[in-house]
Order: sequence, then C-alpha cells, then structure tokens
Amino acid sequence: MHSPADKPALSLSRIAIHAVLLIAVLLYLVPLVVMLLTSFKTPEDISTGNLLSWPTVVSGIGWVKAWGTVNGYFWNSILITVPAVLISTAIGALNGYVLSMWRFRGSQLFFGLLLFGCFLPFQTVLLPASFTLGKLGLASTTSGLVLVHVVYGLAFTTLFFRNFYVSIPDALVKAARLDGAGFFTIFRRIILPMSTPIIMVCLIWQFTQIWNDFLFGVVFSSGDSQPITVALNNLVNTSTGAKEYNVDMAAAMIAGLPTLLVYVVAGKYFVRGLTAGAVKG
Amino acid sequence: MTTTTAQLRASPLDALQRWLPKLVLAPSMFIVLVGFYGYILWTFVLSFTTSTFLPTYKWAGLAQYARLFDNDRWWVASKNLLLFGGLFIGISLAIGVLLAVLLDQRIRREGFIRTLYLYPMALSMIVTGTAWKWLLNPGMGLDKLLRDWGWEGFRLDWLIDPDRVVYCLVIAAVWQASGFIMAMFLAGLRGVDPSIIRAAQMDGASLPRIYWTVVLPSLRPVFFSALMILSHIAIKSFDLVAAMTAGGPGYSSDLPAMFMYSFTFSRGQMGMGSASAILMLGAILAILVPYLYSELRSKRHA
Amino acid sequence: MATLEIRNVNKTYGSGLPDTLKAIQLSIKDGEFLILVGPSGCGKSTLMNCIAGLENITGGAILIDDQDVSGMSPKDRDIAMVFQSYALYPTMSVRENIEFGLKIRKMPQAAIDEEVARVAKLLQIEHLLARKPAQLSGGQQQRVAMGRALARRPKIYLFDEPLSNLDAKLRVEMRTEMKLMHQRLKTTTVYVTHDQIEAMTLGDKVAVMKDGIIQQFGTPQQIYNDPANQFVASFIGSPPMNFIPVRLAKQEGRLLALLDSGQARCELPLGVASDELDGREIILGIRPEQIALGTGEGNGLPGIRAEVQVTEPTGPDLLVFVTLNQTKVCCRLAPDVACRVGDSLNLQFDPARVLLFDAASGERLDLNTANASVKDNVTRLKGR
Repeated sequence: MHSPADKPALSLSRIAIHAVLLIAVLLYLVPLVVMLLTSFKTPEDISTGNLLSWPTVVSGIGWVKAWGTVNGYFWNSILITVPAVLISTAIGALNGYVLSMWRFRGSQLFFGLLLFGCFLPFQTVLLPASFTLGKLGLASTTSGLVLVHVVYGLAFTTLFFRNFYVSIPDALVKAARLDGAGFFTIFRRIILPMSTPIIMVCLIWQFTQIWNDFLFGVVFSSGDSQPITVALNNLVNTSTGAKEYNVDMAAAMIAGLPTLLVYVVAGKYFVRGLTAGAVKG
Repeated sequence: MTTTTAQLRASPLDALQRWLPKLVLAPSMFIVLVGFYGYILWTFVLSFTTSTFLPTYKWAGLAQYARLFDNDRWWVASKNLLLFGGLFIGISLAIGVLLAVLLDQRIRREGFIRTLYLYPMALSMIVTGTAWKWLLNPGMGLDKLLRDWGWEGFRLDWLIDPDRVVYCLVIAAVWQASGFIMAMFLAGLRGVDPSIIRAAQMDGASLPRIYWTVVLPSLRPVFFSALMILSHIAIKSFDLVAAMTAGGPGYSSDLPAMFMYSFTFSRGQMGMGSASAILMLGAILAILVPYLYSELRSKRHA
Repeated sequence: MATLEIRNVNKTYGSGLPDTLKAIQLSIKDGEFLILVGPSGCGKSTLMNCIAGLENITGGAILIDDQDVSGMSPKDRDIAMVFQSYALYPTMSVRENIEFGLKIRKMPQAAIDEEVARVAKLLQIEHLLARKPAQLSGGQQQRVAMGRALARRPKIYLFDEPLSNLDAKLRVEMRTEMKLMHQRLKTTTVYVTHDQIEAMTLGDKVAVMKDGIIQQFGTPQQIYNDPANQFVASFIGSPPMNFIPVRLAKQEGRLLALLDSGQARCELPLGVASDELDGREIILGIRPEQIALGTGEGNGLPGIRAEVQVTEPTGPDLLVFVTLNQTKVCCRLAPDVACRVGDSLNLQFDPARVLLFDAASGERLDLNTANASVKDNVTRLKGR
C-alpha cells in the first residue's frame, strides 16, 4: 500500500504504533513462555512462585514424567497423521487434476458438493461414522482414524489442488494430448513437477489439522489407539491426586511442539494454506 | 475424387482414456456422497427416532427436538454460543484489523512480527485450552502473578465462576484466532490500490480517516470471509471447551458441540444428540446460505 | 503431408445453445496453407480444436487423407499444434520439450537425437537446448514451440495465433520466416489469426469466419478483390474499405450512383441498369487505395471535389478524410501530396473497382457491369 521508497520519520504516532505492536507480541508470546517455564519447574517452585517466576532449580522432571505417560500416544499420533496426510494429499491432487483439466458433466456439481462439505460440522457425521467403523472392524484403531481423517480431509485437499491447477493454462494439457500423452502421463510428467508449492501447502496444512485434531480422536479411539491430543486432555483433566502442573505443561509442549516446529520451519506454506482456504468459492 | 469415409475404429485404449477421469474421481464422489451427505441424512433420521445407547429405528416424531427444547443445559449451551460467538468474532475482528492496519505502516521486521502473531494457529485447541486454563487458574495463575507484582488483592476466578467462565473461553479463542484475522486483512490491505490512498491524501484527509472511510470499507469481502470462518470456528468449538472447562462448572460453559458429544457418547442419548447435531447444522446453514446467495447475486450483477 | 477436408461440420455446446460452428465446408490440398481468419468469437479456434480432436463435432465429418478421423483421439490423428501461448512444458528443458512427443511414441533414442538436431538447426535454437522455457525470450519460446511441432513430422500442422504474443517488429520478421519455412517444407498447414495482414501474406487459401459461419473461402486475392459480403470486404484491407450509402438512379438505360460531397455532386456510372434497383438505397464500397487524386480533365474517370477534413500522414501514405453522402471517406494518396485541412481536393474513382452491397443484408450485389462506355459518359456538375 505504500511505496518502500519513502521512509517514515520518527514521530509520536510511530512510537505509539510500535508500542502497541510490541505489547501484542508480548501478549501472544506469554502463554508459550509460561508453558515452557512451568514445565521446567518443580512442584514446589510452582506453588511458591508465580507464572513468570524463574525456577530455582531448572528441573526436567516434568518432562520425564510427561513423556513417560504420553509417549505411546505420541507415536499413535504419528501413526495416524503421517499416512492420513500422505493419502489425503495424493487423492486431493488427483481430484484437483481431474476437476480442473478433465471436466465432464457432473464434475462441477461434485465440486460444489465438495465445497459445501468443507463447512459441515462434524457432529452431523460422528454417529454414522462410528457405526461404519464398527462394521468395518476398525473401531478404536489407528487405521480407523486414518480412514476418517482421509475422508474428511478430502474436501480441503481437493480444494487446494483444484484452485492451484485451475491457474495452469489448459493449452499445456492440449499440447501434451497432441504429443500423445494420456491422462496419467500428463499428470506424472507435466503437472506433478509443477505442483511443488501446493504439495507443500497441503502437506503442512493437513499435518497441522490432523495432528491437532481432538474430536475424531476422542470419538473414534479409546485406550491404546488414542492420539496425543486425547492423551493430553485425559492427563490434564483427570484429577487423581495432586495436580502436577509441570507435567501438564510439559505434556502440552510435547503435544504442541511438532506442529509448532513445522510452523517455524515452513510457516509460509502454512499461511498460504490459511489464506487459500479463506478465499473459498 | 472419391472419398472413402471409412471410420477408423477408436482403440479400446482410447475408450479407457475417456473414462479415466471419471474413474479417478469416482471413489471420492462415492466418499462424499456417502460420508458427507449420506451420513448427514442418517443423523437426520436418527434424530427422529427413540435411540438411546444404541440406534433403534422406532419413529419418535419431533420428540427429541422437544426434549432439547425442554433441556436447560441445551438452552445454556445455545445462549453460551451466542455470547461466546459474538464476543469471539467481534474481538477477533477488532484486534485483527487493528494489528493489520498497524503492520501495514511499513514496520521493520514486519514478517517476523507477523510470524509471531500467527503461531497460535499452529497449536491444537487442546494445547491452547490447557495453557490458558493454567494461566487463568484462580489462585495460582495471572492473579497470583499480578499480586506478586504489586497489585494487592487482585482476584481472577472467572474459570470457576458460572457467570463469567465463558469469558475465559473467549480469551483463549481470541488469542488463537486473531493472528489469522490479522493475516487475512493484511493481505487484503496489500491488495488496495495505492493511488486511491494518494488521491485521498491530496484531498487533505489524515491517515486514520483514510483507513476508516476509504480503505476498510473496500475490504468488505475480507470482512465477510473472516466472519464466515470465525462463525464456523465458533459453532464447531469443542476442543477448547473440553480442555479448559469440560463444560463446567456444572454446565455453565457448555457449548452445543460439547453437548452433542456428551449426550450422544457419554450419556447414551443418541436420538437427542442427533437432534442437537442437526440443529448445529441448521445454524451453519443459516449463516452460509445467505452469504452464498449474496455472493452469487453480486457476481451476477458485476 | 496430407489433404484436409472439413465436410459440413456442425458444433454445439449443448442443446438450447446456438451453434458455435454451422455447416463448415472447407478443403485444402496436400501442402497448402489455409488461414482461418475472423473477429474474436467467430469460431476459428473452436474449428481448430475440432480438427485437432481436442473437441468433438456434433455433425459432419473431418477427413485427413480421405480418412474420417472424426472419432479419433488427438494423438492418433498425427497432428501437431503451435499455441498462442506456446504451451511449453515449464519443468522440462528445451530438448526435453521437443523430445516429449517422440518419446511417447517410443522412438529409439538415436532417432530422437537426430530429429532434435535437425529441428534445432532449422530453427537456430541449438544453443538453447539445455535451457528451461522461463529462461527464453518470447521469440525463442515461439521457435521452440515450432520445433516441438516440426520434430513430430505430422500430417498436418495447426497454428493458433502463434505470432499474437510477439511485439510488432518481431511479428513481421517471424511472418516472413514462416512463409520461407512453408515454401521449403511444403507442409499442410491450418493457421488461425485475427490479423488480416497475416491472412493475406501467408495463406494459399483464406476462410473468413463470423458467428460460426464461413463467410467466404478463396485465395487472398479473391477475398480482397471480390468479397462476398460487406463483412468480408471490411475485414480485409487496412485502412478498411469505405462504405458510402448511395441512391441509385436510372438514366438512359444506365444505373448511376449519386454522390454528394457538400461542395459538388457526381454521378457514378455503374453499368447496365436493372429496373429493380432503380431508386434504391444501397451501399457503395470503395477502398481508400482505389481513390486517386484528380489529374485534371482528360482521363475520363468520374470525380468529385471535396473538402479535406482530417489528414493522417503515415509515412508511406497520406490518408485524407473527406465527407461524401454524409459519410466519412478515407482516401489513400501519395505522401507528397500537398494539402491541408480545409483545402478542396479533386478525387477520382474507377467505377470498375467499385463494389455494391445490399444495405440490409450486406450481401454483394452483382450487376453485369459493362464498363465500355464509362469514360464517355461522365457528368460533372459545377460546384454550388
């Protein structure tokens, strides 16, 4: 909106602007800082100190205990997330390819139905889905969760790829058809090599969504097949004995670090996914 | 010149190629029809049955909906949704727009600051809920911190106060989502034609006035998108409630999504739970359909 | 190389929608260069897609070398196409772009390398073979796109406005190169353009299209000299033909067209009279280059005196605008003619070159013009 050339002078309004922005930064960071601090304290430090007090002894005991409790569920989350991300991305890519370059009667209608499906509240499908999983013998398994995440992630992944592929000129596909290439050859040798940006966006978006999911986890799994979000909630909200906030915070960090790390490393793809999803329809 | 119009037969491979796109899309079409719309229909049907712990297909008419209507917890959940939704959407929009406008002023290291505002979106609502539950802990959280810093007698027990607990949900949700709104509006601001601004400046308007009267009104589409997304998040809010309050104290911080889960899976009231899910769908449609309608109409006029 | 026949082809995009192509009938011989020209939306690109097999036809047939290919997929028709946007595969090098179609047809690598070398030499792109399309200029991309088509040695070449994305100077250069290449390789070619200069200079045969119908099919000279209707007449030729509404009068067994410049009047003899045209209002067409400066009395051509309203010196010509029958008329004169706005000029027409069109339908009216006594029966009124 402003040309980069003109540099603003230091004035009262500029200082005020920076001050507000700085306060906002602090407000956004404080919960994370508190989580970290608390996770490295001993229970005594927690009860004597306050949220931002520095630990008298930097203790990893919270982390050790937390990891001991949740590590199985951490691996569950990986077992659920990785396959679900890869499968839903692959199907989304093929769907997007068909919807943008091989349109046929009914494909536009399907896209409309799919788009509408992005909005549905999952509460409306939970019961029937759990019946189906039961019938398929997949109730309370990580595979069952993978299936559910693939099915309900399809709408978004297809949307991502379709919107990306629509901007590829269809003269490219025409040229390839005249060269003799068929459906899959065109996808493999021409479209896919061009898809790196959107693949990144989709992978990161899906990873974040699926890893962070709680609703499907708590409805479709139990006991040993639960993802870490469910385990965290169970840990924090079942009060047997004294609350160990250091363990709670450490467990929360364990649950949150993977997506946080992905965000730090590949944040721009995450943002693109957010804004791509925002500009729907 | 004689012309033989012998039609060269298309090879079977050609026929396969013609069907390939449809074949590829077919599984997804099946999944969408069954898993999305079929299941919604199934839930819809269930809401008219007497199902409790197990699905029974005995017709119950509108009985489940009547029971919802009579259920105090459902009313609390619905009212909470309006309160939570209204505050969440309003405050997130306000903060998001403010931060976007400020960041638009050629700030150094704008990208870095933006990243900091957005990171909460990368976290699960469970993590957010857990963190804020600790921060808002009555006695050991923020109130203890502020007392230690000198503000004697500061108390913050909203989390256990049935009348105020919803505000805690709002705080956590705003913290998570406002960065995203900021990102949306910043992108929108960047798309504004700079010559409009310059024209207004030459007319003598001050920058805040220009933003208020010229720039922000031109971002109406972004407003509506943000409104849609925030409403969607609000209606679906389940994880946050589960982590922070589990609907408590009692059911004073209950929300429809939590209600549905609780009644369907914990309390063995599938019929009622299904009815509540259908009502949630209704709420979303009530927002979505007018929005889509107005979008289509404006496209036709354009 | 092959012959191409388009027999009574129809195309609609759906029931209830108007036909995009209506009863298209064209045929070209082996090695001929066919131009499809017309304004946007006339259906020329659709027709080209139908020839290529990228779109289906709803009626009629397309025959290549007397074989009906209407049901065949694009890759079996042995056709290569050069697109307006070149459509080079962005993630592949130039060499890989050219090789792509050959690899799919499972040509042995040695043969592929030979073809690539041949084509690269022909188009002078040998030094670009390792680059990616994004690293090439527009003109270079255009050559690579042509190379990709040439390497396939197809029966028919299709060009979809290949020069439109080039700047004016490069376009003129490439036009000449294309002509040279066609002369050398004698390839059967169908070329779509909206540029009428390309149509005139490149084609052996030209099909002018409008609203999905072939308005006229013939050689460039036929289209220029003998247009079938007002649309074709106005489309070809720059600056475009002048269309002057005139009233016909019959005098001594001859039809005359009445012209009025505001300063003078003239009666243009059109040849043998036909009773039904007497007193009718029709459109008279005459090209700017067919109006000459009067050299004084003597050569017997009818003329008129008119006031210069606008002059446009273009370098090679001087375009002078006058008003006849309340219509703006453009005259193309030699650049050294001295005249200014407001001057009066003597302008002359050759009635043999004049064309007549029906005012309502735009169709060309055919009079059996006998030009024999044109020069004798000139009437010129003195100015008012």
